[in-house]
Amino acid sequence: MSGTLDKLVMMANQIGKFFTPQRDGDPVAGIADHLEKFWDPRMKASIVAHWRAGGAGLDGPVREAIGRLKEAKRGAPLEAGR
Amino acid sequence: MSLVHETDYGTPASKSSEMVTLTIDGQAVTVPAGTSIMRAAMDIGTQVPKLCATDSVDAFGSCRLCLVEIQGRPGTPASCTTPVGNGMVVSTQTERLKQIRKGVMELYISDHPLDCLTCAANGDCELQDMAGAVGLRDVRYGYDGENHTRQAKDESNPYFTFDPSKCIVCSRCVRACEEVQGTFALTIQGRGFDSKVSAGMAESFVDSECVSCGACVQACPTATLSEKSVIDIGVPEHSVVTTCAYCGVGCSFKAEMRGEELVRMVPYKDGKANRGHSCVKGRFAWGYANHRERILKPMIRETIDQPWCEVTWEVAIGRVASEFKRLQARYGRLAIGGITSSRCTNEETYLVQKLVRGGFGNNNVDTCARVCHSPTGYGLKTTFGTSAGTQDFDSVEHTDVVLIIGANPTDAHPVFASRMKKRLRQGAKLIIIDPRRIDLVRTPHIEAQHHLPLRPGTNAAILNAIAHVIVTEGLANEKFVREYCDPSAFEHWAAFVSGPQNSPETVGLIAGVSADAIRGAARLYASGKNSAIYYGLGVTEHSQGTTAVMGLANLAMATGNLGRPGVGVNPLRGQNNVQGSCDMGSFPHELSGYRHISDDATRAMFEKLWGRPLDAEPGLRIPNMFDAAIDGTFKGIYVQGEDILQSDPNTKHVQAALAAMECVVVQDLFLNETANYAHVFLPGSTFLEKDGTFTNAERRINRVRKVMTPKNGMADWEITLAIAKAMGFEMPYSHPSEIMDEIARLTPTFAGVSFELLDKVGSVQWPCNEKAPLGTPVMHIGGFARGKGNFMITEYVPTDEKVGPRFPLLLTTGRILSQYNVGAQTRRTDNVIWHEEDVLEIHPHDAEERGVRDGDWVKLDSRAGGTALRARITDRVAPGVVYTTFHHPDTQANVVTTEFSDWATNCPEYKVTAVQVSPSNGPSDWQREYAEQAEHSRRIAKVAAE
Repeated sequence: MSGTLDKLVMMANQIGKFFTPQRDGDPVAGIADHLEKFWDPRMKASIVAHWRAGGAGLDGPVREAIGRLKEAKRGAPLEAGR
Repeated sequence: MSLVHETDYGTPASKSSEMVTLTIDGQAVTVPAGTSIMRAAMDIGTQVPKLCATDSVDAFGSCRLCLVEIQGRPGTPASCTTPVGNGMVVSTQTERLKQIRKGVMELYISDHPLDCLTCAANGDCELQDMAGAVGLRDVRYGYDGENHTRQAKDESNPYFTFDPSKCIVCSRCVRACEEVQGTFALTIQGRGFDSKVSAGMAESFVDSECVSCGACVQACPTATLSEKSVIDIGVPEHSVVTTCAYCGVGCSFKAEMRGEELVRMVPYKDGKANRGHSCVKGRFAWGYANHRERILKPMIRETIDQPWCEVTWEVAIGRVASEFKRLQARYGRLAIGGITSSRCTNEETYLVQKLVRGGFGNNNVDTCARVCHSPTGYGLKTTFGTSAGTQDFDSVEHTDVVLIIGANPTDAHPVFASRMKKRLRQGAKLIIIDPRRIDLVRTPHIEAQHHLPLRPGTNAAILNAIAHVIVTEGLANEKFVREYCDPSAFEHWAAFVSGPQNSPETVGLIAGVSADAIRGAARLYASGKNSAIYYGLGVTEHSQGTTAVMGLANLAMATGNLGRPGVGVNPLRGQNNVQGSCDMGSFPHELSGYRHISDDATRAMFEKLWGRPLDAEPGLRIPNMFDAAIDGTFKGIYVQGEDILQSDPNTKHVQAALAAMECVVVQDLFLNETANYAHVFLPGSTFLEKDGTFTNAERRINRVRKVMTPKNGMADWEITLAIAKAMGFEMPYSHPSEIMDEIARLTPTFAGVSFELLDKVGSVQWPCNEKAPLGTPVMHIGGFARGKGNFMITEYVPTDEKVGPRFPLLLTTGRILSQYNVGAQTRRTDNVIWHEEDVLEIHPHDAEERGVRDGDWVKLDSRAGGTALRARITDRVAPGVVYTTFHHPDTQANVVTTEFSDWATNCPEYKVTAVQVSPSNGPSDWQREYAEQAEHSRRIAKVAAE
């Protein structure tokens, strides 16, 4: 692994792999809810910025889930750490 | 104050529900059938003279002192071995009995040194008491006959002395070792006059199988087995009941004192977690509290390459506040945070998270539970609705099948392990799922029916395979599932586990376990009347830690093993207050009682009481803090009682993160490894120096009581208050009981908890509130906390940490009995004689391939880093697997472990690291450099700074 962003992509995909086979029928909602509830604002800002830049390495449902984050809907990314 | 004396009833209590009435010395007494006459007599306050009887072990009937007369029966039976009978008329004191007892005592005393005045047990000796009780005035036989009074002492154990000249061969020590501890290290060697207590095969205590639990010392009625501290100091004059600060069993102890000097720690019989038993750590390893390396004055420095300067508390606290304010002004509100300690009290933990949320204005608070049992919280809350284990420890007495996975109770939770072993010796069956052949696989009078030595990283797959057998062979408890669980979730799960990818035949190839063994274990678990799961960090510290916890919950629900004594899903918590630190809102996403920080109503309650607005966004978890520090957005941290540099994975990454911060504040007893990177050091207090509560693995809230003045001048909770005040956030408490009162006001599951209640009833298990005023020993009776039990799909996802040509072996890590976590405490006690360095366990085949001999230095390299340590060749580990402990900073096992972590919680994957092992001629260059840097960093300037 190299760098925080690579790690965030990997973590997001791990989350995706858990929620994808769950029975609720909308794994994307599960992934988005998990990210919203457990990731700090700067982590969400980083992954959303990566998603905006094309989201390389993100699995399909994870990519979709990130698009549903409040951070993604806000428009301009937060300044990390503020 | 005086010594807390507990009544010794002579024999254990009977659990019969049938009652029997008899007459003893003219008084009627009604007791459960099976009670001994001796115990029944004690119930009415009559102490029949005794020596070989004590209520922690079964009656033996050897000393012939407790004889009684029973109307209509011939002879003088021993009251300890004779059960009560309806209508029985017993006399405990007659002329005949008096003469017999006096004669017996004469024989004992004729072969006993008459050095009472200089004996360590003077005033605390049952032989002395009995001589008085029977009115012994002279010994007709004299003292010149053949005797044992000049036998040599065995001083080999660092904590207690064995003096055979004072032994009366009552066998209490032998029976305590067998029945209470379950180690069978002691025996009576020889016959008749030659009979003597012997450790192992006539070895010294320290060379025998003895585990130094202290049960024999506790049971000894004379000075034969005596604590060396009592020999050195003298008998104690007062005692205070408190709670051990080592593992998550949470044993109650009497701290026996002379003034402010601790003489000994004696396990408390009324302690509901330990029932009067102890282990080598809690019983004896408390010397660190007075160790010369303990830091007692606050210290500061500008940069980490400077020596420390001792300062006043005012200066140190002022530096913390001014630096944290500066960092927030320069880098933003989210640039600082704190870590609460699972070794500190609930009250102290609560204060640190309150300081972070209310004083720092963010949620960057986490706790060392992050790196151990955070998946337990997430997994059990999702499936059952509560982030905690389901049972009390007593529950194991009703268990028929014990399933242990990823835990090594005899080493990490020894007191509970003894209770578990007792049940296993009574006939309960045992399944062990562990890559190592832990002691419980085969130990005296116990042998596991199934040991599944799975490949590290395959827990989720194995649990799915067990579920596959249960579902496809029709072993599920459909009635329980229908009544208490979500039926559609069950159907979906049943279809999933029934798939061919989860069959034992397929999983067996992945996990390296035979399909037959998986099927056998599944059938045994499912067919037990009461089957209970006990698990530890071997489940949680994986990239699928949370998934595996859910897998365990699924198994228990599918087989109906929940909601009554004897069953359940039981996490064995590592540290004394892991459960409590989680309960207290230490995680960055939730407030006390596991309520999410984004919940407006919950947040409003806290905001109203604290008078501060709270951030609705979750904060950083510990690994995220390290990443943010390296990225430059996290600049300051307050670490209370945790050594993150030694305990967290990928040491080099942690070093880089700490080095990147501008203000690291460490509050601890010693200059630990993290303190090498600190700018402010705040000396902490020991558990002996403060009031508060710990919550153990069974949700039991136990009191911690101050027995001496804090040597550093302040208890830990007072230090946090001072920081908060300097940050402009007043917390007006004058005693920890007031903090608990606030916790109770804000936390529904703690609503009924107060120091007053704990002092009255001893301890309670949460939830403790209006519905359960005395707590809840067993959870989910008649339904789950979340409503219906929730089956989760637990698809096996292999870890990204792969073996390959460069790193062909899998390393897994763990603990050993004598040491505790990073060893900061136990390394500063005589426990080091049992484990003075971390070693690498390697299978003979793997060792031979590499030309490694037992005791050789070997290099241990992974993709993260390398270290060197000595090899121990053993077939406890399977070929392809190596194992070590992480107790010593000289080894720094975590320089090898990686940052891969659990998908849900970021709990590190300590248990799976791909490594290579190769011969070495000593410590690595990195170890030498690290040791030099640590030594340099620990310098303390002689002149105090202003």
